[in-house]
Amino acid sequence: MKTAVIQFPGSNCDMDAVKAVQSTTAGTAELVWHTTKDLSAYDVIVVPGGFSYGDYLRAGAIARFSPVMDAVATEALRGKLVMGICNGFQVLTEAGLLPGALRQNESLQFRCEMAQLVVENTDTPYTRSYHEGEVIRIPIAHGEGNYYADDATVQELEKNEQIVFRYRKEHNPNGSVGDIAGIVNKNKNVLGMMPHPERAVHELLGSADGVRLFTSIFTTWRDAHGTR
Amino acid sequence: MTWQALIYVTLKGSVLDPQGTAVTKALHAMQYTNVHDVRVGKYLEVVFDADNEQAANEQVQAMCAKFLTNPVIETYTYRLAEVAS
Amino acid sequence: MAHGEPTPQQVQEQKIYRTFGLTEEEYEKIIASLGRLPNYTETGIFSVMWSEHCSYKSSRPVLRRFPTTGERVLQGPGENAGIVDIGDNLAVVFKMESHNHPTAIEPYQGAATGVGGIIRDIFTMGARPIALLNSLRFGELNDAHNRYLFSHSVEGIGGYGNCIGIPTVGGEVVFDNRYTHNPLVNAMCVGLIAHDKIATGTASGTNNPVLVVGAKTGRDGIHGATFASTQDPHAKERSAVQVGDPFMEKLLLEACLELIDTGKVIGIQDMGAAGLTSSSAEMASRAGSGLVLDVTKVPVRETAMTPYEMMLSESQERMLVVMEKGEEAIAYEIFEKWGLEATAIGHVTDDGFLRIVEGETVAAQIPVTALVDEAPIAYRASLRPRYLDELRVDLPVCQVASSMKDELVALLSRETIASKEWVYDQYDSMVRTETFVRPGSDAAVVGVPGTKKALAFVTDGNGRYVYLDPHQGGAMAVAEAARNLVCSGAQPLAVTDCLNYGNPEKPEIFYQLEQSADGISRACEVFATPVIGGNVSLYNESHGIDIYPTPVIGMVGLIEDVKDIMTSDLKASGHALYLLGDLFAGLDDGLGGSEYLLMRDPMHHLDYALPTFVFDDEKGVQDVCLQAIQQGLLHAAHDVSDGGLLVALAEMAMTENKLGVQVRLSPDHALSTNDLLAVFFGESPSRILVEVAKQNEQALTSLATMHGVPCVRLGEVTKDSTFTVYIDQDVVVQAPVQELESAWRGAIGSWMNG
Repeated sequence: MKTAVIQFPGSNCDMDAVKAVQSTTAGTAELVWHTTKDLSAYDVIVVPGGFSYGDYLRAGAIARFSPVMDAVATEALRGKLVMGICNGFQVLTEAGLLPGALRQNESLQFRCEMAQLVVENTDTPYTRSYHEGEVIRIPIAHGEGNYYADDATVQELEKNEQIVFRYRKEHNPNGSVGDIAGIVNKNKNVLGMMPHPERAVHELLGSADGVRLFTSIFTTWRDAHGTR
Repeated sequence: MTWQALIYVTLKGSVLDPQGTAVTKALHAMQYTNVHDVRVGKYLEVVFDADNEQAANEQVQAMCAKFLTNPVIETYTYRLAEVAS
Repeated sequence: MAHGEPTPQQVQEQKIYRTFGLTEEEYEKIIASLGRLPNYTETGIFSVMWSEHCSYKSSRPVLRRFPTTGERVLQGPGENAGIVDIGDNLAVVFKMESHNHPTAIEPYQGAATGVGGIIRDIFTMGARPIALLNSLRFGELNDAHNRYLFSHSVEGIGGYGNCIGIPTVGGEVVFDNRYTHNPLVNAMCVGLIAHDKIATGTASGTNNPVLVVGAKTGRDGIHGATFASTQDPHAKERSAVQVGDPFMEKLLLEACLELIDTGKVIGIQDMGAAGLTSSSAEMASRAGSGLVLDVTKVPVRETAMTPYEMMLSESQERMLVVMEKGEEAIAYEIFEKWGLEATAIGHVTDDGFLRIVEGETVAAQIPVTALVDEAPIAYRASLRPRYLDELRVDLPVCQVASSMKDELVALLSRETIASKEWVYDQYDSMVRTETFVRPGSDAAVVGVPGTKKALAFVTDGNGRYVYLDPHQGGAMAVAEAARNLVCSGAQPLAVTDCLNYGNPEKPEIFYQLEQSADGISRACEVFATPVIGGNVSLYNESHGIDIYPTPVIGMVGLIEDVKDIMTSDLKASGHALYLLGDLFAGLDDGLGGSEYLLMRDPMHHLDYALPTFVFDDEKGVQDVCLQAIQQGLLHAAHDVSDGGLLVALAEMAMTENKLGVQVRLSPDHALSTNDLLAVFFGESPSRILVEVAKQNEQALTSLATMHGVPCVRLGEVTKDSTFTVYIDQDVVVQAPVQELESAWRGAIGSWMNG
């Protein structure tokens, strides 16, 4: 399994994503600069967290016009796994690969803490190693993570079982609609989530609950390609 | 011809504006109890060339739709004026 | 004269140098150095280089007393940051710096650019920054302006650190009205480096090119360095405050590290205070060389800038780089990849002059030695303040409002003692995925990739202590920093310090500086933690009031094996609680200097002397604690500091584990209410609370006995989540941990979110 971690100017969780893939799976991961135009050599694409282009104008608004984003869209259309974490989620919504938008947190403050997520859907390539309804601990760190979509879109997400993670009731850290923390596209191959699974891969980091997200990806890939 | 567009971006009316709510509360605390509502937004000044006013308008609208705003949550108004180049 | 500036004669006749902050003597000295009258630009250059901020003219004689060497020290003071060896061909690079005056004027940008500046000091050395800490002081939160300064500073710190992707892992926040008009923002950055990648700020090798890299130059913060050194920043113009761009700095960081990694960099230095002037002069000074710089080549974002403005601009996110001749293209290529500018603006010479040219015209020509080595020293008068000889040593009589429990609850909700979650939840403390202990424990712990090692960081300082006893207060700051590291399982390595004081021209203030520096020096020797860098911030006075003398100690410790990482939260019921150190120290020491006394008797709290502090006792307690951790005997450790014994115990109990504490004290004679207050809330130093499993109690007490350290069994960790203190058979404090916790967690938020 070859993973590309996209590096925009201002990405800062890029190395963390590389380390997480390498330490939790038998696959490889490498940084790919944002000017790259072809991602066909990779099986999995991670759009990492950080502050691409300083989050100036809107989080993700400038990055979404980087040359690499056409390649990301192409591979997503071909069914490859594309995962946006935090700023990556913002980039994917700006690029139209996922519905909705991320607003400023309701508290108006940046918030970094261990969040509790409910796994809503285990029938995705990203969550097959979790149990439905399981509560997992994954950190958040964002100022604009307040997911918004209009009622019709949210109903659509519910109906198609595209909501993958929700914050535990009464523990929503940013005011997102429906306590949404992470969603997939209709094909379930593109995931966007505000919490950082790559920061929860070892007990020393306070939680290892993110490991199974990466092993889910790896198992999905292995089932499709055999061991290689 | 050189044009200047003064573009005002705000959250759509249907989208909660927590910053605006906070500013409203603060104004109330400062005894400006006559304040009903505040919407906080962004203001951009874009200076650019276009052949005529219609072309200029089209350009501004395209820039706003594609990049300067996120239509999922934001809306905009603008004023356009010709400026000396 | 060009640009309509005053002529050298006018500078002299109209005493324009005075408006730059130069004294008559200093101006005469400049004339003597040059052998002629300085022109306007030269006068400006001298004024910033000889300012307190750049030359340390008041504090230099004091700083010389610090111990600065040690087996592990690879780089002491004098470079952008100090460096300490941690084995495996790796070293830790760190420094702390103040940004007090800019924060008083514009808290968001002031604090943010403080963070940006200290980060540049670290990656200039070639190190990858791995952690940030901040030591903050504000006036109390019942004042709206204090809340404004506090919330915006925190936002600025977060805004910069979060964006650039360096975790903010720790620090401290103290509230006291002595800081109302002079908030303190001291930012510390820590980096990691391989020994063979260390870069320095040297401009050597005649004809080697000099490059400006990073952001363009504008008219930001001109005379910021002199502004930092003069009284009452509020009187100055707001335009002197610079605006930070963390995105630009992130790119600059990556580009500089990539450039240094090529091995083609001769020297590199941050353009911080006094911008191009101090960076160029210092780089040339270290190499004993000279420089020619053409200001017309400096990339600018404003028009018609004069050489004077170019030299004094404090535009942020810029670096000065000396490359090997002919290798400039490497820099151009790397900086272009990161979307940044790199521009050659001059070269190294061998004549010892800093020569500024504007195309064909020479705008300034000054011997480097005159700017750096011959900077004047101000030998300030020192006078022991009278109040020091009038302090009381008896126990203060305090009125207990209702019950001891209520006293404890009140103390836990003091802003200085209360949980700082409101602050640190706004900081990304986890990016880089090496943060093993987040903010909230005694020290922050960050892993060293590729090894079993971890580093522990802490900042500590207590201005009130130093005010009450400058020498001992200085020593206690170092002791507490070391104690916090030890409680986290780390061996203290070295110190960076920020010395924040009032107006040094007042002899009593200079006495505080001198004496506390001596106390720090002595303690650094005892704990074998040399001072490898830092900075001094003077003139922290306004409306005639000086801040408390507030030296802040930033200390770094090494944990050889991550299995030894220790935290302060209780782990399991049935474990025993012990105190290393003297349980009843308060009966002799009283409440002097304590937060409790400030709370209950604000009018007289400065009348009482500090508790006694004995180096040997402190060292003994720390040695026992660290050895006990390394032998696997402990499950938690927490030092007794602000708020005293009961606050420390309560802090250990307020965890996710929902445990309780049952403590039984058995004094050898009956205690009065005042005695009890002193035992419960006195802040006698050299004490650590530890949690130990039953089967290890014997081993712990033997270890303590062997070191001659008192080790008292206080009680047990319980599972009922109640906090109970007995004196013999009588319950004197009892409360659900939940009640203590909501007072402690909610205090700051109740001011800020209301």
